[in-house]
Amino acid sequence: MADEKQIGEGRIDAPTGTSFVGHEWDGIEELDTPMPRWWLFTFYATIAFAIVMVVLYPAIPMLHGASRGTLGWSSHGQLDKELAAEHDRRAPTMRALAATPIEQIPGNARLLRVAQEGGRSAFKVYCTQCHGAGAAGGKGYPNLNDDDWLWGGDVATIQQTIVHGVRQPGDDKTRMSQMPAFGRDGILKPEEIQDVVSYVRFVSHQEGASASARRGATVFAGNCAVCHGANAGGSRTVGAPNLTDGIWLYGGDRDTITETVTNARYGIMPAWGSRLDPVTIKMLATYVHSLGGGEASPQKPAPAPVAVAGK
Amino acid sequence: MSSLHELTAPEEHFFEARRKVFPKAVDGPFRRLKWAIMAVALLIYYVTPWLRWNRGPWAPNQAVLVDLAHRRFYMFSIEIWPHEFYYVAGLLIMAGIGLFLVTSAVGRAWCGYACPQTVWTDLFVHVERAIDGDRNAQIRLQRAPWGPAKIAKRVAKHAAWLVIGALTGGAWIFYFADAPTLGQAFVHGTAPFVAYATVGVLTATTYIFGGLMREQVCIYMCPWPRIQSAMLDEKSLTVTYKAWRGEPRTHGLKREAAPQDLDHGGMPSLVALAGDPSLAQRIGDCIDCNACIAVCPTGIDIREGPQIGCITCGLCIDACDGIMAKIGRPSRLIGYTTDLDARLAASGKEPLPALRRLFRPRTLVYFGAWAGIGLAMLFALGNRTRIDISVLQTRNPEWVRLSDGSIRNAYTVKVRNMEERPRKVDISIDGLAGATLWTEASGRGGASRHLTLDVAPDQVAQAQLFVAAPGGGPKHADLVFTVRALDAEGSAARDKTYFERPEQEQ
Repeated sequence: MADEKQIGEGRIDAPTGTSFVGHEWDGIEELDTPMPRWWLFTFYATIAFAIVMVVLYPAIPMLHGASRGTLGWSSHGQLDKELAAEHDRRAPTMRALAATPIEQIPGNARLLRVAQEGGRSAFKVYCTQCHGAGAAGGKGYPNLNDDDWLWGGDVATIQQTIVHGVRQPGDDKTRMSQMPAFGRDGILKPEEIQDVVSYVRFVSHQEGASASARRGATVFAGNCAVCHGANAGGSRTVGAPNLTDGIWLYGGDRDTITETVTNARYGIMPAWGSRLDPVTIKMLATYVHSLGGGEASPQKPAPAPVAVAGK
Repeated sequence: MSSLHELTAPEEHFFEARRKVFPKAVDGPFRRLKWAIMAVALLIYYVTPWLRWNRGPWAPNQAVLVDLAHRRFYMFSIEIWPHEFYYVAGLLIMAGIGLFLVTSAVGRAWCGYACPQTVWTDLFVHVERAIDGDRNAQIRLQRAPWGPAKIAKRVAKHAAWLVIGALTGGAWIFYFADAPTLGQAFVHGTAPFVAYATVGVLTATTYIFGGLMREQVCIYMCPWPRIQSAMLDEKSLTVTYKAWRGEPRTHGLKREAAPQDLDHGGMPSLVALAGDPSLAQRIGDCIDCNACIAVCPTGIDIREGPQIGCITCGLCIDACDGIMAKIGRPSRLIGYTTDLDARLAASGKEPLPALRRLFRPRTLVYFGAWAGIGLAMLFALGNRTRIDISVLQTRNPEWVRLSDGSIRNAYTVKVRNMEERPRKVDISIDGLAGATLWTEASGRGGASRHLTLDVAPDQVAQAQLFVAAPGGGPKHADLVFTVRALDAEGSAARDKTYFERPEQEQ
């Protein structure tokens, strides 16, 4: 549409009174429309705003970090401030938790809730690697939801286990015991091991009575009953599992039990007392206790014989 | 830009600058109707949050309260929880269909009388008249050079507008908190920041929309006129200039010279015109006095026919009727008429009876939909239970094997007590033979098929429940939780969930 001679910067578009830029595409031309004044002033305002920002806040990249800005603001500083404020906000509750014996936390609904929720989040950080996000454990790592406890399931006992760990060298209060490797060390012959496995599967109602199980009973009484008890009900003082119930830490099938008896097991758990503060451990114990298998705390004047009989 | 061009080229504009509207005061039935509707609307707006309603000790006593902080909506005897928001959605749909209904029955009555933009603009215009005087005085003042008197009047006007804006925003916040408490805190400067921010924003919008933008909101910003253009049909009421009566408009000497003995009933028929050609020289009733334009709040000329700027407020009808009375012509040269009636009247026929116009399929369908939704909501409201249970199965772990070989599942149970009093409820399980239910607090020793729970008034109680069942059984079994209120009213609710077991060994 536009003739060659008409294209040029000086030419004026008649209806608008605006000059052309000189660009033309198939007859469609670009006008040199001036910016609206409000737009221009907004643009100047943003420049002024940017200058103020550069002066007040970190902005110019340097060799080591950025310019500091006259306000001295930094994102790390702001985070520290927010964390400190949050710490101050929680401090009274944390002090109350520290001052309350763990058995008495359930008596205070608010503290109990704080402890359970705090324990839930601490568990996610420190415990899920072995015990799983839902505390359901895995092979060799106990399921904390069930009602079967190796070392005891009342809240103070759980706290003790967390503080000192299981089979932790260097901690003289750690949960300590060691099962002999009956096969590897030649204490029992392979046939005897198969017999005692038959017996264990019989008392846990997985197999019927057999000649092998009857022979195994004798082997069990001579080698295993000292820790696992004459009835195979286990003992919490040495962390010997109850072999008659439906719960197996490593597995209840013949192959797994054979492997356990032959080579023994030596599960360990870190002693968290040296890594976590007492309040966090209290919260962890309260949380684990609340998962459904928690046992009642023994009464204060605990009659020792009853605890043993309860096994 | 070339300065030479600026001097020589004719000035052309692609956008029209706003022509300021100075509406003239008028009196008449439609003006008085507008006053009445404005009074009622403002009264409802300002008084509602201060009405009290006794709900007992467990709930606020404000009749209408949108308690955003606690997620409750109170309206007299009705309390709505967030999950019942469909009632509010239903009300909004009813409001939408109601607008359709009103539009198809009486045209843009919402725009002309009830829309907040109209009501507040009307108020602002009235305040402006009280300070600056009527239309002519306002135009004079607008053209007058700046001086002490003009500055004083301008300051007074904008100050008054800002006060109205502040009062508008100030009333709004009382719908969202206990009005007397918030009012006191607001005055003492201890109210939450959001209250001051809301008042600030609403002051600004009221001042800008009602004082500065006015008819531009209706003409350019509001989507409703566009929708209404599609809603109007030939049987919708519009403010109509009856051109067949008014034209040709004449005034002054020309009018004096014209024959006065003509029948004003309509255009002369062709037969009559053939008999007496002087009839073509007849004059219309319109004396071109421009009173209809002077009073129009949107500054349009209604004689140009139906247009998007007309909000059908009827003020031009009042203005024209006053003029018609003065010159001794019948009233309603401008009046509410439908397009169909206008065509019938222009050709000398009788208009449709009003009832036949109102009860036509379109209005009946709108009314049916509107009333149907309303009745359905009333029915639902009357039959809703004020207790509810929802059960969330714990998925990690899905199941836990216990020492005795049984399987335990865990559930997070939430019981909603929507009554404004504490209630004791019974939670029980149905299905799943041999299953028992307990809480962490009671322990498995207290397990049975049901347990009781105390729920605080107007609150949700949450409980972690354990259910154990014998280890043998299907992997995926149905389980139903039922909650029953243990008081005289005793309503109940159920929620279905599942009980998971490990895969059975082959």
